[in-house]
Amino acid sequence: MDETTAILVSMILAATPLLFAALGELVTEKSGVLNLGVEGMMLAGAVTGFAVAASGYSPLLAILAAALAGAAMSAIFALLTLLLLANQVATGLALTMFGIGLSALLGKPFVGIPLEKLPALPLPGLSQIPVLGPLLFQHDAMVYLAFALTLAVHLVLTRTRAGLVIRAVGENHDAAHALGYPVRLIRFGCILFGGALAGLGGAYLSLAYTPMWAQGLTAGRGWIALALVVFATWKPWRVLAGALLFGGFTMAQLHAQGLGIAVPPEFLAMLPYLATVVVLVAISRDATRIRLNAPACIGKLFHPDD
Amino acid sequence: MFRLEPRPHPSTLALLASPLLAILLTLLAGMALFAALGFDPLKTLAAYFVAPIDSGDGLAELTVKATPLLLCAIGLALGFRANIWNIGAEGQLIMGAVAGSGVALFLRPENGAAWVLPAMFIAGALGGMAWASIPAVLKLRFNASEILTSLMLTYVADLFLRWLVNGPWRDPDGFNFPQSQMFEADAVIPPLIQGTRLGFGFLLAVVIALGGWFLLARTFVGFQIKVIGLTTAAAGYAGFNKSRITWMSLLLSGALAGIAGLNEVAGPIGQLTPSISPGYGFTAIIVAFLGRLHPFGILLASLLLALTYLGGETAQISLGLPVAVTSVFQGMLLFFLLACEVLVRYRLKLRRH
Repeated sequence: MDETTAILVSMILAATPLLFAALGELVTEKSGVLNLGVEGMMLAGAVTGFAVAASGYSPLLAILAAALAGAAMSAIFALLTLLLLANQVATGLALTMFGIGLSALLGKPFVGIPLEKLPALPLPGLSQIPVLGPLLFQHDAMVYLAFALTLAVHLVLTRTRAGLVIRAVGENHDAAHALGYPVRLIRFGCILFGGALAGLGGAYLSLAYTPMWAQGLTAGRGWIALALVVFATWKPWRVLAGALLFGGFTMAQLHAQGLGIAVPPEFLAMLPYLATVVVLVAISRDATRIRLNAPACIGKLFHPDD
Repeated sequence: MFRLEPRPHPSTLALLASPLLAILLTLLAGMALFAALGFDPLKTLAAYFVAPIDSGDGLAELTVKATPLLLCAIGLALGFRANIWNIGAEGQLIMGAVAGSGVALFLRPENGAAWVLPAMFIAGALGGMAWASIPAVLKLRFNASEILTSLMLTYVADLFLRWLVNGPWRDPDGFNFPQSQMFEADAVIPPLIQGTRLGFGFLLAVVIALGGWFLLARTFVGFQIKVIGLTTAAAGYAGFNKSRITWMSLLLSGALAGIAGLNEVAGPIGQLTPSISPGYGFTAIIVAFLGRLHPFGILLASLLLALTYLGGETAQISLGLPVAVTSVFQGMLLFFLLACEVLVRYRLKLRRH
């Protein structure tokens, strides 16, 4: 593998957790719900996945448990916002704070324990293709899963009846309700999906990216994922592009350190956060475009008896 | 099962009772959590919420922890009332501490200059304000969500602080610890009562809370904030200037968070370190909600949340309870609070079949 390929591969790896989390949030937001608890759900997934794997169970079980943990966290959010009509912004913040605390508490016995990295799974045949093989087809199972989910989310949202109903609920919940669609049930499903994917994103960090557990492992990636959804104007393929872009920023930081560029490491570490702000500004300045693409009911509460 | 029936008017009783109910539910859930972790629930609860404040020193310590929460939460509440979600108070707090420390470290007057501390307070307020002005510009000029930008800037502020204390501002005689020199005596806030930890900062924070109440309840600006929060459209028809209120609430909350940060470094800590706040800026969000976005409620809420920090430390020392329990507690409190709030606008009705 030459150096360019190595950099591109590390970009893909850095993009994977963001891709999981942002895809999940995209589906949640498409149904008209803004869940700001991504960071908390990712942490729950990260600590659960790590705990299961470090206790000697198979990686597959660890990944499933992480998805379940993320979904369980999102269920709290769903209960509060859908049934008890709590403010979505405040509830999402609460979920993040709760997740930070709970993961630190549950993860305490696992700090400093080494874990074997998720094994690479070269796809037979495809992985032998020059250039493309090492770049795309020699990853672990979760990377493939993230890419497959991008395609799946795109197809479901644009080509199926279920996707149409989800979008209808997100665009106008009163109309969807009048047509007889169970608005809250559909939103509940989308919130759980978002939680499960955030859990997977967290698990990718603790099982594959840096196979270890440390308090606050996600370091703001949940928030970057939220920004990515806006950046992508709620389109799955653009989420992929955005995640790769941010993977690039993360890599630029690491490689600049390796090349001995005379910038203090703290400033290089600011890159992904500053890039998020810049990218968000660049995309949001066109207010019309955001208004046309954002689900119209996002953040609004729905009560069937109102 | 149950269903929610909208009330014709928000219930005042539920408005006042729901925070108390939320606290009660949090305590019950907390006891379950203690039991799950293998601790005696009642004994742990006592160690957590009673032992820290059973002495005068304990109460003084409570005000030390409540001060930054109160300062940050008053500012945040003004914004939340107008639907402006500044969640980067933590970063503004850090930048206030940095700016104030800059004054303390580089403008050293020889012997007793009375202007040092006031200059530090002004620098602290300006530091926090400057940091909060970035999300304000990005929101008003470029339509970018202040939620995401203010939070991202918190990470940037934290890294900037780390760079300062590891690099240019590191104490040369500090055995390579990442911290600045200790401030001169003139640059340290004296206690209100000699020999206790009761600081001048708490008094200031209470005065600012009163000011916050006056602003909201008795001024035209306060009225505009409330109208914008309730119905943006009506505020538009009335000709209220939404961008001016956005500017004001972000700058004010930034300044108050900056003062909170300065009060930490010039008060309890006495130097610039990488860990000036255990997340006061984030916990202040819970304080603001628990206090129902009302300055007097926030005053009480800041004392309660300060107790969760204090209790976490005490129970860690006396019982070996992990300190992360504090954030779990705080998160649960906000959950229960948001859940109980439904009773203000709706009443529970038994569904008949």
